[in-house]
Amino acid sequence: MANWKWIAGGVVVVAAVAVGGWVWTTVDTSRNAGADDQIALADFVSDDTDAIARGEYVMRSADCAACHTQGQGDFAGGYEIGTPFGTLVSSNITPDRDTGIGAMTERDFFDAVRQGQGSKGMLYPAMPYTAYAKLTDQDMHDLWAYMSTLDPVSNAIDENAGMGFPYNQRIAMLGWNMLFFDNSGFKGDAGGADRGRYLVDAGGHCSSCHTPRNALGAEISDNYLQGARVDGWYAPEITSNPHQGLGQVSVDDIAAYLGTGTDGHAMASGPMADAVEHSLQYLRPDDLTAMAQYMKSVPGSGVTTPAPMDLTATRGALAYEVNCAACHGVSGEGMGLLVPAFADNHAVLSDDATNLARVMLLGARAAHTQAAPTGGGMPSFAWKMDDAQIADVLDYIRNSWGNAARPVDPALVTQMRSSLDARNKITAGE
Amino acid sequence: MNRREALKSLSALAAVGAAATTRASATEMTGYPTDMTVAKDMLPRPAIAGGARQVLTDDTAERTISAVFDRLIPGDELGPSATEAGCVDFLDAQLADRFGAGASLYREGPKRANEDDLMQTPQFIATPRERYATGLRALEAYAQARDGASFADLQPNRQDEILRGMEDGSVQLDDAVNTKAFFELMLQNVREGYFSDPIYGGNRDMAGWKLIGFPGARYDFRLYTDRLGEALDLEPVSLIPRD
Amino acid sequence: MATNQKADVVIVGLGWAGSLMAEELTRAGLNVVAIDRGPWMDTSTHTPPAVDPDELRWAIRKELFSPPKDNTLTFRNTTDQVAVPQRDFGIFELGGGVGGAGFHWAGMAWRFDPYDFEIRSRTIERYGIERADDGELQLQDWGITYDELEPFYDRFERIAGISGKAGNIQGKINAGGNPFEGPRSREYPTPALKTLRSMEVFNDATTRMGYHPFTIPVANLSQPYVNPLGVSMGACSYCGFCLGFGCGNYSKSSPQACIFPVLMRRKNFRLLTESCVIRVNKAEDGETVTGVTYVDAQGQEHVQEADIVCVTAFQVDSTRLLLLSEIGQPYDPRTQEGSVGRNFTFQTVSGVDMWIEGEQMNPFIGAGGLGSQIDDYNADNFDHSDLDFLHGAGMLTLARDGLPISKAGKLPEGTPRWGAGFKQAYKDHYQTYTTIFNQGSSMPIKQGYLDLDPTYTDKFGQPLLRVTYDYSQSDRNMAKFTMDRAVEIAQEMGAQHITPFNFADKPFTTAVIASDHVIGGTPMGADSRTSVVNPWLQSWDCHNLFVCSASVFPMNSGYNPTGTVGALAIRAAQAIVEKYVPNPGPLVEA
Repeated sequence: MANWKWIAGGVVVVAAVAVGGWVWTTVDTSRNAGADDQIALADFVSDDTDAIARGEYVMRSADCAACHTQGQGDFAGGYEIGTPFGTLVSSNITPDRDTGIGAMTERDFFDAVRQGQGSKGMLYPAMPYTAYAKLTDQDMHDLWAYMSTLDPVSNAIDENAGMGFPYNQRIAMLGWNMLFFDNSGFKGDAGGADRGRYLVDAGGHCSSCHTPRNALGAEISDNYLQGARVDGWYAPEITSNPHQGLGQVSVDDIAAYLGTGTDGHAMASGPMADAVEHSLQYLRPDDLTAMAQYMKSVPGSGVTTPAPMDLTATRGALAYEVNCAACHGVSGEGMGLLVPAFADNHAVLSDDATNLARVMLLGARAAHTQAAPTGGGMPSFAWKMDDAQIADVLDYIRNSWGNAARPVDPALVTQMRSSLDARNKITAGE
Repeated sequence: MNRREALKSLSALAAVGAAATTRASATEMTGYPTDMTVAKDMLPRPAIAGGARQVLTDDTAERTISAVFDRLIPGDELGPSATEAGCVDFLDAQLADRFGAGASLYREGPKRANEDDLMQTPQFIATPRERYATGLRALEAYAQARDGASFADLQPNRQDEILRGMEDGSVQLDDAVNTKAFFELMLQNVREGYFSDPIYGGNRDMAGWKLIGFPGARYDFRLYTDRLGEALDLEPVSLIPRD
Repeated sequence: MATNQKADVVIVGLGWAGSLMAEELTRAGLNVVAIDRGPWMDTSTHTPPAVDPDELRWAIRKELFSPPKDNTLTFRNTTDQVAVPQRDFGIFELGGGVGGAGFHWAGMAWRFDPYDFEIRSRTIERYGIERADDGELQLQDWGITYDELEPFYDRFERIAGISGKAGNIQGKINAGGNPFEGPRSREYPTPALKTLRSMEVFNDATTRMGYHPFTIPVANLSQPYVNPLGVSMGACSYCGFCLGFGCGNYSKSSPQACIFPVLMRRKNFRLLTESCVIRVNKAEDGETVTGVTYVDAQGQEHVQEADIVCVTAFQVDSTRLLLLSEIGQPYDPRTQEGSVGRNFTFQTVSGVDMWIEGEQMNPFIGAGGLGSQIDDYNADNFDHSDLDFLHGAGMLTLARDGLPISKAGKLPEGTPRWGAGFKQAYKDHYQTYTTIFNQGSSMPIKQGYLDLDPTYTDKFGQPLLRVTYDYSQSDRNMAKFTMDRAVEIAQEMGAQHITPFNFADKPFTTAVIASDHVIGGTPMGADSRTSVVNPWLQSWDCHNLFVCSASVFPMNSGYNPTGTVGALAIRAAQAIVEKYVPNPGPLVEA
């Protein structure tokens, strides 16, 4: 995996410039001065029900519960992640004074959420403070009011006990911040004309997944929202690009997809299903519309629509009819809110076919939401098809019913079968 | 791998996959299992094509069953014989599998004398594997005793005569073998071999399916539901195609 | 012995009945634990389209069923015989995993006829008491009428998305539907499936003969559908792999396809898999139950306490569990006293196999429940005054008969079963075969019952259930009568080769699969002397015990049982929420 290089790079940078003079702009928290620095969260009581309600909405839009709730109580942390360097655990953010953030003041809270400076030192950028830095003061105050209403849960977490040296040195994050952390806050009308951009960039932190990164793990601004690989998934282009982006998808369809997990064509699964389930389904329709409008306004990559492949000599059509049609439809029309369509579904046309190869190999589950609670399953085919057969059937769905896309390289399937530890095609006598 | 993990790795820490929170066969479940691959127990168990015999290791037994199968389904202009279609490979694999072991049968005693009558079908505590071993031995002994030759070396007419006798009850191979039931077992198994998916060792080149026009392991006929009464001539498909 | 945290409700067996009840109860806010002896099963991970179409594995080896090795019973025709165990798969097609038999069923989704629920009263009213009490039969009413059950049939059909054409909407007879059915409040949620060739031939012939053919209502959905729980289902692709199979494309209604997506995600629901309940535990006072004891996959015994116990296992298992738990008085066939085990019934089947030369049925195209039926000789739709039987049969033809191993035995009389003649005959007749299947009713008899076997035990050392049953003379006469009608229809259909069959012209046996619809053992009723549960499916003996399964039917009709099980389950669960929880105690005075 390429990602471990990023942190290695970050550590190198720390070694080189840790005491450099340009540190302070990234650690500067003076813009949090409006936050109260006296009352600890455990003691704070808000009677502003509107603020609390707004704060819950900010929490949803920023998707806090996704990482901080893991079967040990709501917001009590405990979510584990294995890394080559050890295990990280999400923190307890309930108002418990000893094991949660009950001892934090509002100012401490602002510093942690917007600048990654926690009570135990620098946060790892697993916490997306790089995006949350853009949250407005108002949203932060509201979020604080909401946090005060949570039930304190006593659940001691040692976030980086599972990390080995030097990765357990939180100060190492400083170097990375110095290079890449933009601490300047949101510029624009977060509640008005720039609402869509605000939701996408701040709480939504969409670019965390959808923007490709450089060798040191920083987002490449020239390719903003133009699609990126995320650990065996591909977060597709969500710009105005007409081929593999949202250029030909209506604002209403995008909003429906974000709010329910499907627009009747495309269907969220994998990491995007999590985003929809935990966060986006709770957003107001006008906010979802604003996000959709904004994304459709973002300049796209230059990826163009190719001429469709000529598949008359292949077995793709039969393979599709036998394996796929029963769910995805005889003409790629999908199945209501249950199974995605292929015809006219730009999500399957990306030059990068990672997602398609992945779900063929390992299967997937669609998002389940209040509006579309089913969460249908895509079965795995790793046991039934070899790499070339998978590439063939993918070529077929990407180049039928008016679709046109570039060929899927069987080597991609080979590489993913290996990296995802998917099984091989079944052989006799297993 | 879910979004939380992915985010973390994006932010400079590479995830290697957390343990699923709910195992598919867990005793206690809340929510859905996270592993979306096809459950291991549900994957097909194909036969070893051309592999060494696992159960029918005795030469005589193999020759006897091959001869029987090729009388039950002989080769002709309509298609290959049972053995040509792999039905003995099929049988060997099935006898080596759960079927042969009688894995689904209730085999507790006592075995009562009235079981066959009450049930109106023969009842067995013996496994199919055991029934083949004793049945084939008895059939060979019967041929040796009556004809002085192996069953496999008898003329086809004579083989048919013995099989017809087994079928209608006029031939009793041996007191220990319910001959009629053994014939039915062989007939059932040869049909299974000839008409089941080729992954199980028989129905080679889907010859059985081509004989009658069965299109195999397809899952969607909506393209054809309006063509009532038409010959569709669909290409048969195996569960795990070779090409 | 470990004791789990107490629940509001424990559900024993998460098939159709269990999951419908769990959905109602959890939606009302109750904490529910379901315990199922099978493993977790789901559509895409267990029976996807790439695993499902395998006749050998699922239809022949029956790998989705619970095997006799783990769950079987013993059988005899009469009380003077010694019962013997069912050693191989027979008529008991128990589910092998979560979802129960609702995962592998074919999908015929009927309502019973209004006559069925009041069979004793209406028989006496129309034909006199001597026909109801002929000395052999043991007819009894259900304690509930069709009209009372109608809203719950409707709810079940909505949840399952049933495809069909109504014949009677609020008394108005609709062309194309079943004109004999009880009045329905509205049309089916999805339209009927397509008419395939065998159905077309059957429809034409029966229409010419003055009968009233219609498409069978099925749980194989004709179009994508969203049910009242918000769950999406797919459209049937006519693959034909249904009975004994899962469904790979979410188009066959099942607990998995219709209920689990919402139920499994409710925080007040827990599921224990691979855990077999061996006993319902009675309280000291004998008036209530305290929960259940179960054995987990490692062989460890646990106690799950609960305020309410719902036994929703398969018919034979529900009955056996009550007998093992010594709840209620076992039925005594000599005195007809006692009720647990009473009124075991089956399905009395006859019909014809036929071959129509030159036909091209394309029998591999179909669906589990897809077919045409006439009800002209079902229920009390025809005058029985001069006939020597009661009730009748749904006479149907099927569009699902293309599996090549299973069908290899379906050849005209006189055709060689093997050799070159067999090959030629099978090639010639694979496309010409069709059938008329008379799904006959089954009248309860005084000598048909269930109890515990004195000899044979299961893997836990507990006695197997023992079936004592044979067809009544009334049922035999009915089977012969409907078989003769089927022959006439086959002739009208133009069949050159007709082979009538009648399972009831021989003694009943559990080993020959005439049907897999086994009924009774814990009958419901308004009279506590002749029933195990009251009309709310509440035990007469322990008021916090509810039983829902085909075991509560006091008789069997000329229809498949699942729709009625589903309706009764929903009704019982709503009674628990609306009547029992606010005021625990008997809902009906004994």
